[in-house]
Order: sequence, then structure tokens, then C-alpha cells
Amino acid sequence: MAHDQPTALERFVNGILPENPVYRQLLGMCPTLAVTGAMKPAMTMAGATAFVLIMANIMISLMRGLLKPHLRILVFTLTIATFVTIADRFLAAFMYDMSKQLGPYIPLIIVNCIIISRCEICASKQSLFTAVSDGVGMSMGFALALASIATVREVLGSGTWFGLTLLRSQGEGGWWPAWGIMVLPPGAFITLGCLLGLVNWIQERSAKRQRARA
Amino acid sequence: MAGPETETGAGGEAPSETAPEARAPDLHVAPGPHISNPALTTRGMMVDVLLALIPAAAMATWVFGLSALAQIAICAASCVVFEAVFTRMRGRRLSILDGSALVTGVILALSLPWSAPWYVGVIASLAAIGLGKIVFGGLGQNLFNPAMVGRAFVMISFAALLGAPAYVDPASALDALTQATPLTAAKQGAPVPGLWPLFLGVTNGSLGETSSLACILGGLFLCLRRTAAWQIPAGVILGVAVLAGLDNLLHPDAAWTVLHHLLGGSLLFGAFFIATDPVSSPLAPRGRFIFGLGVGILVYVIRVFSGYPEGVMFAVLLMNAATPLIHRATIPRPLGGPVPQKA
Repeated sequence: MAHDQPTALERFVNGILPENPVYRQLLGMCPTLAVTGAMKPAMTMAGATAFVLIMANIMISLMRGLLKPHLRILVFTLTIATFVTIADRFLAAFMYDMSKQLGPYIPLIIVNCIIISRCEICASKQSLFTAVSDGVGMSMGFALALASIATVREVLGSGTWFGLTLLRSQGEGGWWPAWGIMVLPPGAFITLGCLLGLVNWIQERSAKRQRARA
Repeated sequence: MAGPETETGAGGEAPSETAPEARAPDLHVAPGPHISNPALTTRGMMVDVLLALIPAAAMATWVFGLSALAQIAICAASCVVFEAVFTRMRGRRLSILDGSALVTGVILALSLPWSAPWYVGVIASLAAIGLGKIVFGGLGQNLFNPAMVGRAFVMISFAALLGAPAYVDPASALDALTQATPLTAAKQGAPVPGLWPLFLGVTNGSLGETSSLACILGGLFLCLRRTAAWQIPAGVILGVAVLAGLDNLLHPDAAWTVLHHLLGGSLLFGAFFIATDPVSSPLAPRGRFIFGLGVGILVYVIRVFSGYPEGVMFAVLLMNAATPLIHRATIPRPLGGPVPQKA
């Protein structure tokens, strides 16, 4: 049973692109749509999610021998809730403005399907090292996805990136007509849709090329 | 399907077996419609719409000068280019010759203010063709009116460039441009223009909407040619007239009367050219009337109760979203009774 599970390296690599949580699994749509209006909140969200995901994977992997099948989801949820609370309080203490800005979305990490799916798929079945590398890979994939969406939305929507001015918008006396809609919720859906289409298109092309080579 | 078969099988054993032996009647079985008009093509309809838009475009050029023509050229050209690019990307047959992208571009241009910079038209066309049309599968598949999707996109993006202040240029030599649009004036309690200027169209506003006369001329042409369904504009006008009439009865001394509501803003332009898009409006005559009525009611509600001075764009988009429901409610009964449901 154990030997047909992916290895630690495979878990790590899969999380980044081949099984990217946002673009390939369509998990964690709530933060993906809600906090990607700019890079700063998106990266804070990615960091908080990474912390919760890796810590939850470590805990679940350590206690995987003790899990009872009918109680496992409850244990997952309690473990995740513990780390979400830690992340939430940490942000409130040290990054108060960001915590205010992200509002309910930090506590909502608890219902982020990426984390519970990694607990169920990987951490509850595999060793500590594999679980950690899985958590790191998935976190990187998630951060990459949020960064790509937030980059498009922030550059088009306000002409900045990470708060740095790339294109001076007209509101500040520059020339760039900021696309206000990209910062608003419709922009999230439009950007996600376009990038998802792009990823699928690239995937299809590379698959076709591989088939042609074979 | 299953019903009649089992019935013949159970009831009479002979007919279905012996029928082929008798001389087979020369019957062609095909789904309706059985009589169609070969002259009624997409291209023909689009040419009709373009012809009908000529009075409005001419009026816009007369009132707003060459900026109107430039706006129309920018939007029409970019819509056609984007249509060609996107259909090419999807690997479909090039569909620009049917003229639908051209019509979208012209309607879009006529719904923009004269002062909108060139990139507003280009981005609006990108959103109209890309998000409004091609994403859903091209002409005939779109849920929403493409021109209004494009306008909504830039309206929300560039609020400063398309809001009420964008229409006014106090330094302009053109008389119309020195005043606020009639609906903004009404909203702010400023003196409202007379009915005759509103009817002729020498007031401020989006390019194509100012002249009620031009819209009625083009609209009647469309309705008489049956390119546009008359039920939709009738519903729109009735919806606004009834609500505004009630309001007028309650406040008899208000300066903004029913006729102001009907002639001002883009109501007639929207009723005749935007709401009548055959793709995103219902098919059944009753449904078309309900659709028009809904647009009219929403226009009035948005004009009177919201922060926006005009509501045609959002009213049409909202009713587009309701079109599938209206379809379902107004399926015509086929000849010979309703289609039997499968058990």
C-alpha cells in the first residue's frame, strides 16, 4: 500500500504546477477571488495559508497512527482550527492593518479545501518528511497562483505592483487609465477565467507535442 | 416519444406491421419551421440595423461634431478586429462578414459620451466582443447584449471618464456641451430642457441617444422590416410611461413629466436598438413583451431611485439575465396540444 504512494519529491513538484491547487484542482477559490485585488494582501494570505497547511500536515502526519477512520475529519478540522487561530492572532498582533484589510478571510482559511484535502490525501497516510514537502509544494503552488492573479489585477487595476508604482495612474496625475473593474470582484472572476483558460491551453499544447513525439 | 409507440404496440397489432406493404405515401418528415424566408439572413438583419442607425449617427455628428464620427470609427474598427482575432484563436470560420461585430461596435460607440478617449472605445470593444460574445461561443450564443457588456465594463472601470461630469465641457463652442445631460439636470433639480429640444436632440448626452426623432425613425424602420420585434420597444415605453404617469399623477407640478421620461436619456435608443437584440431577448411574442416591460420598469426604478442618472444599460443587462426564465414561462403551445412529458 505504502509503496505506490508518491515520493516526497513527487509530492513537492506536483504541488507547484502539475497539481496546482488553484489552476488544476480548483480548490481554495474563496481566497483566490477575494483577496487578490493587490499583491500585498494576496501574499499575506498565501503566507498564512502556507503556515496553516504545513503545520497541519506535520501534526496530522505525526498522529496518523492514532487516527480513527470515523473521527478523522473532526481531528483534521480541530488541528486546522488551532493553527488558523494562531495565524489570525499573530496577524492581528504584528500586522494590524493587514489583518483589518483581510478581515474575515483569515478565519476562513479553516474551510479552505486545499488544507483538509492535503491532510486527507497525503499527511494522514505518509511520513513526516513527505507530508512536509507536500505542504511546502502545495503552498508554493497556491502562492504562485495568487501572485499571478494579483499581479494582473493590481497592474491593470491600479498601475502598481506590491504598492510600487509601475504605471502612474490618471488619479495621480499620470497617464495610465486604471481599470477600476479589475480591483472589484468582477475583475477577480474575469482574471481567474482568463488565466485558467491560458493554463488549460498551455497544458493542451504540451500534451499534444508529447503525443506527437511519442 | 415512448408514449405513442407503446400504445400502438398494445392497442392494434396490425397497423405498424402492415403499413409498409401498402403503397408508402410520399411523406417527408422534418422538424419545423417548414416555411422560411431565404431573404432573412444574419447579414441582412445587420445591414437593416446599420441603416436604421444612420439617422442617430447623423444627428450625433451634427450635435457633437467630428468626435462622434471618430468614436464610431474607433469602436467599429476595434470590434471587427477583435472579432477576427478571437474567432481565429478559437479556430472558427471568420465571422466578421455577417456584420454583427460592426453593429455591436456602432451601437457601443453611440452609447458612449463624446468626450471618451480613444482607449475607452478600444477597451469597451475588447470587453464587448471578448467577454460579451466570444466567451459564450460567438454570435447567437451570448447571454448578454455584447455592446452593453462592453459599456458596463468601461463604465465601472473608468467612472471618471464616463460619469455625469464627463459629458459637460463649459468652454465648448457647441451649445449642447455646456449643459449637463437632461437626466443629470433632473437628478440635481436643475432646470430641465423643454420637450422640443429633447425630441429633436440638441441636448447633451451619449452620442446616439440625444435625438428622439432619429431613434424613432430608425426604430420604426426596424420594426416595419420586422428586423426588430415591435413588442420589445412597446413594452419598454409602456413600462416607463405607466410608472412615470403614476408619479406624475401624484406630483402634478413636477417639472420632469412622463414625456420628459420618454424623450430624455437613452430610453428610445435603448428600446429600439439595444433591447431588441434578437440573440439575448426572448423568442416568443408574449415573452418579448414581458422582457420589454421589465426593461422599462427597471429603467424607471434606476433613474428615480439609484445614484445613476440613466438605467438603460443595467436594465437591459438584468433582463438579459432573466431571458431564460421568460423563455421557460412563455413557451408557445404547439398545434395539437402540449408535448407529452416522458413518464
